[in-house]
Amino acid sequence: MSMNRTGRPTQSGPNSSNNAVPFETTSGHRGLHLVEPLIFEIGDARHSGVDLEDVGDFDHALGGLEREDRMGLPGLSEPETVRHYTRLSQKNYGIDSGFFPLGSCTMKHNPRINEKVARLPGLADIHPLQPESTVQGALAVMRDLAHWLTTLTGMPSVALSPKAGAHGELCGIMAIRSALEARGDARKVILVPESAHGTNPATAAFCGYQVKAIPANDDGRVDLAALKAALGPDVAGIMLTNPNTCGLFERDIIEIADAVHEAGGFFYCDGANFNAIVGRVRPGDLGIDAMHINLHKTFSTPHGGGGPGSGPVVFSKALAPYAPIPFVEEGEEGLFLREHKAAEGDKSFGRLVAFHGQMGMYVRALAYMMSHGADGLRQVAEDAVLNANYLLHELASDMTPSFEGPCMHEALFDDRFLKDTGVSTLDFAKAMIDEGYHPMTMYFPLVVHGAMLIEPTETESKDTLDQFIASMRALAKAARADETDRFTGAPYFAPLKRLDETRAARQPILKWTAPQSQEAAE
Amino acid sequence: MRYLPHNETDRRAMLSAIGAKSIDDLFRDVPPAARLDALLDLPLHKSEMEVDRLFRDYARQNVPAAEHAFFVGCGAYRHHVPATVDHLIQRGEFLTAYTPYQPEIAQGTLQYLFEFQTQVANLLGCDVANASLYDGSTACGEAILMARRITRGRKRAILAGGLHSHYGDVAQTMTRFGDEDVVRLAPSPDDAQGDMDRLIAAIDDNTSCVVVQTPDMFGHLHDLGPIAEAAHAKGALLVAVVTEVVSLGAVRSPGEMGADIVVAEGQSIGNSLNFGGPYLGLFATRAKFVRQMPGRLVGETVDADGQRGFVLTLSTREQHIRREKATSNICTNSGLCSLAFTIHMTLLGEEGLRKLALLNHRQATRLKAALSGIKGVKVLNSQFFNEVSVRLDRPAAPVVEALAGRKILAGVPASRLYPDRDDLANILILATTETVSDGDIAALSDALADIMQAEL
Amino acid sequence: MTMIRYSEDHEWVRVEDGKGTVGITDYAQAQLGDVVFVELPEKGATLTKGDEAAVVESVKAASELYAPVSGEIIGLNTAVVDEPATVNTSPLDAGWFFEIALSDPSELDDLMDEDAYEAFVKDLG
Repeated sequence: MSMNRTGRPTQSGPNSSNNAVPFETTSGHRGLHLVEPLIFEIGDARHSGVDLEDVGDFDHALGGLEREDRMGLPGLSEPETVRHYTRLSQKNYGIDSGFFPLGSCTMKHNPRINEKVARLPGLADIHPLQPESTVQGALAVMRDLAHWLTTLTGMPSVALSPKAGAHGELCGIMAIRSALEARGDARKVILVPESAHGTNPATAAFCGYQVKAIPANDDGRVDLAALKAALGPDVAGIMLTNPNTCGLFERDIIEIADAVHEAGGFFYCDGANFNAIVGRVRPGDLGIDAMHINLHKTFSTPHGGGGPGSGPVVFSKALAPYAPIPFVEEGEEGLFLREHKAAEGDKSFGRLVAFHGQMGMYVRALAYMMSHGADGLRQVAEDAVLNANYLLHELASDMTPSFEGPCMHEALFDDRFLKDTGVSTLDFAKAMIDEGYHPMTMYFPLVVHGAMLIEPTETESKDTLDQFIASMRALAKAARADETDRFTGAPYFAPLKRLDETRAARQPILKWTAPQSQEAAE
Repeated sequence: MRYLPHNETDRRAMLSAIGAKSIDDLFRDVPPAARLDALLDLPLHKSEMEVDRLFRDYARQNVPAAEHAFFVGCGAYRHHVPATVDHLIQRGEFLTAYTPYQPEIAQGTLQYLFEFQTQVANLLGCDVANASLYDGSTACGEAILMARRITRGRKRAILAGGLHSHYGDVAQTMTRFGDEDVVRLAPSPDDAQGDMDRLIAAIDDNTSCVVVQTPDMFGHLHDLGPIAEAAHAKGALLVAVVTEVVSLGAVRSPGEMGADIVVAEGQSIGNSLNFGGPYLGLFATRAKFVRQMPGRLVGETVDADGQRGFVLTLSTREQHIRREKATSNICTNSGLCSLAFTIHMTLLGEEGLRKLALLNHRQATRLKAALSGIKGVKVLNSQFFNEVSVRLDRPAAPVVEALAGRKILAGVPASRLYPDRDDLANILILATTETVSDGDIAALSDALADIMQAEL
Repeated sequence: MTMIRYSEDHEWVRVEDGKGTVGITDYAQAQLGDVVFVELPEKGATLTKGDEAAVVESVKAASELYAPVSGEIIGLNTAVVDEPATVNTSPLDAGWFFEIALSDPSELDDLMDEDAYEAFVKDLG
């Protein structure tokens, strides 16, 4: 046993190896691995963490509709509540915890100044239906955000209200369909590349279109010839992600746009990956007609464990008149909201959401844009692309890149390097958890086998990347050295082992029920 | 730049490792015509202090609810949110996590979503709830589409006149490219029962669902029982909409009254007004319809050691697997807003929620009493929760503007939502939550009486 | 006399006296993984060859089962709805989906016999 300078042993003794704990703890906890029950198991209806004044007696005016059942909503005191949710949080991995290279999701640092300003009472404690004279600052935020977005994309107009990327897609395709209908054109087909996010075909179908898949060519891009062959008088448009989901810039994009326009269709660009090109390329210069921007990706609003997002859509001149209400406009008495369609001649396809969209996200995104400025945003794209190419290059010898570089903001590998090892992409991902990383995106895009899509983002340092590269190389070598158990049994060091998803789907338990009522039901 | 770890030395080292001469090499796939060589015409980077100052300037041009007597509701409600809620949702492990695709390291998110689903299902009186949608209005649109899938072949959705006008607009937008026929009954704030009678009369054999909000946009509470009965008798579903979920601490749940799908705006619990978003769409239904439900679902299971855990489940309904055949194109939900809801609901508990609801209701009864005596003001509601409508003897919008000048935000003039309907121009909708004091009510009634003194 | 035929979409149909029993092949169940949900057509429905007849889902995939032949649905195997794992454990036997009264037995000529299907699957790698 070696000793360090302070006299503490630097290696663990024989009785404290990770694998062989000789006892079970009495509490079920294991140090910082705390087992936390559901609130339904620790709270009850007679506990509460708020103090409210006594209501006293008064004549109800509820029309005899008083609620009398037991609601099944347990309460906890404030300290118990804080502890419960703090413990739950400790079972989560976020960007704050470590490197989170989840491809196509853009897990970049979330600056806290954005959180702070979004909570200023003047921005958070205002109602969407207050008189416009009392919310001039909020309308100015919307106006200024719109200015940044249209300038960065080189597009003439933007609809801010869509609540997420997929909602933005809906907004864009609805505008396209409205524009086609306005010219009496009942086209029926939307072209979607095979590599697209699932939201693209789902959106097209939602708007009543048939979806036709366009194959990829050998270098991971849209097969231009196949695309041109698919175009015709029945094609309403194309939904294309650029940079695409393989992390590649569509080199033929201008030719694609021209071909689509020539055939009378519109070009919808999925802007999920705008973070790769912001400040270096304006989508407006590529010939697109509509594009959504995920404020929670490119502009760093927090993902929050799955939302809220925000998906403003920029429009070309041809589509701008069809964009949804509301809009901020400038009048003689200041800014105002156009919340309704004009009585005549208004081409807007209508309203997508109650109120005005994700104000809380607008504030955060605008704060992020202002912090970076025109210069910083360009650097964002450059560093994101630099980091991805560095990983692509450094991992190329141990893993199998799917396509020739350079890539844009993310690097795509497939599972050829795991061939005959008995280790799958899923196993490899779970082993990364043991190494302290959040796994990359797995099995997407669908165009390569066992896809591993790695997006480092610009907010990771070279040191972090170098450590990650070393871990990935070591794992790839271990897989090829037949250390299969390390993968197939992984994760070993997470709060839980692998979860039985089959059981969850075969006998869905979607809410908690009290044990006695379970018995009664049987 | 404070968010970018690299300095020029790092960048040069990495470029050289890659074998690239400059960063431009890595952008070589961009067509030359589309490469930007210069910076765009936008301001340059700013320090945190400067950004802070700029946003204080924006904020200063707004009137926060806390600074006025505040009666604005109509689909978004100002409640006191305990400080604990905002503290906990800002823990980085929640705030900066992604959708829980790797359940072994996302049990925090998955467990609170399971708690959330249970709370929502119980609150709304349903078997099962999803992990949230964008907001109440889009949840309402999704419910109409779901009812259509369940009642195969039926194409008509009938929307009650008291449904929030934005919700009706969103429903029309979401269905406009399908073959769905959305029938919107005219709003009739002076005749709440008439609205329900007309709705029941409109149900026919082609009706997929009827959509009823309670309390409705004008504050009227509705007994959903007779409507559920009428809908079911014709094979249609009842979609209930709740825009003020605090009401469910005092009022019978829509599920108990027979609704088949219940959607709600969950903002009232845990979430600030935020000028309209982000908000929280609640969606619940009967167990037998679960596979027709949109949105994410979390289910209980066990891990390889037999320990209880939670996973996303029934994903085959969703776009990432079903693509064009998915139940909805929805991908994200309102994760962090649902966490805020869950924490606030846990702090309240059943007793706290009941008490909170009754406080809201008590203030509304006091508001009604205070307004009833004012000349030229007629309160329209006999059964209500925390919101009432009044018919003034003059257009409501200028009255609201005048009251704003006296530090009273007096509610929403119906003309803001229905600018083309002259018959609603004199209607004003006012809400009272626990944040409205008796003093606020007195200030409003005094000021309103004063304004109404003036000749028309 | 009984005959069994296979489609390129990995459905099988076993025909006896003009009545066909339909399910998915062992290859198909292996590709899907653990089956968690099955939705059957309605009894009495009339299907044309190639119509979507049933849905079969695993945790990660959802597939449609297409009618390999035309006809009227005359029987359903609710056991696979109640116990979807049956499709994995006994795809060719207890895991059948539905029975169909063939309206055009000549459609069977377009399907593969056992040897042809085996060769077909082998080619898929």
